[in-house]
Amino acid sequence: MVPLWMYLLVAAALFCIGTYGVLSRRNAVAILMSVELMLTAVNINLIAFWRYLAPDNMAGQAFAAFVFVVAAAEAAVGLAIIIAVYRSRRSVIVEDVNLLKG
Amino acid sequence: MLELNPQSIAFFIFAAFTIGGGLGVATSRNLIHGALYLILSLFGGAGLFILLSAPFLAAAQILVYIGAIAILIIFAVMLTRSMTRLGEVYNRQWWLSALVGVGFFVLLVIGVILPVFGNLDPNAAPLDVGTTMDLGIALVDGNQFVLPFEVASVLLTAALIGAIVIARDRD
Repeated sequence: MVPLWMYLLVAAALFCIGTYGVLSRRNAVAILMSVELMLTAVNINLIAFWRYLAPDNMAGQAFAAFVFVVAAAEAAVGLAIIIAVYRSRRSVIVEDVNLLKG
Repeated sequence: MLELNPQSIAFFIFAAFTIGGGLGVATSRNLIHGALYLILSLFGGAGLFILLSAPFLAAAQILVYIGAIAILIIFAVMLTRSMTRLGEVYNRQWWLSALVGVGFFVLLVIGVILPVFGNLDPNAAPLDVGTTMDLGIALVDGNQFVLPFEVASVLLTAALIGAIVIARDRD
């Protein structure tokens, strides 16, 4: 089998790419896509640890399934907020959304 | 070192999909291209789930992420016309973000992954693996995950109603 650390390496690389995307992109939709990348990296980690360390205990897979649920809810609400902001400010650039700035 | 069998070759192909797609998402100027790279990356993740013997989660990844979330993102890109006015893709702290990303990756690899899990024998991994049936039983078992399962359905309903209320045009 492929050793565990290779899966962890892929997941760490994907998570850090997602971090870079979240911190550096200006477009809100691109930031949301990077968040999805980070969630996928977390899921790869969860499943890899489940498979190599405790494959008879279904907690790993169940936790990953709940991450799916939360990701779906987050994407739906996040995109709705982006569309609502676009309707009022005509922009999805995060620097233009400064209504709460004092 | 790693021997080349079909499993490891598939691992490298799917890992390349995952990371290459991720890089595409983080760097592409056109957001539609970014969404297509996101689909590629999520597809690679589904392949990794298959290799880790979690077929139900691979199917859920394809259905939920690629079938629903990626399509939703493409709709949002088209509705906001954000790809036509490109301008600067990155904000002013992009180099700091790159530093944080690379630094965190190096920290994880040197500090956690290689020293703690680097010399774990992959052939020592147990061979009897929980199946999709076990996952289904665990999700509705009163002693395991039935409460989170019900809370998840409430969360999905709340997100559904909330998304409609937020995105609705009020007039």
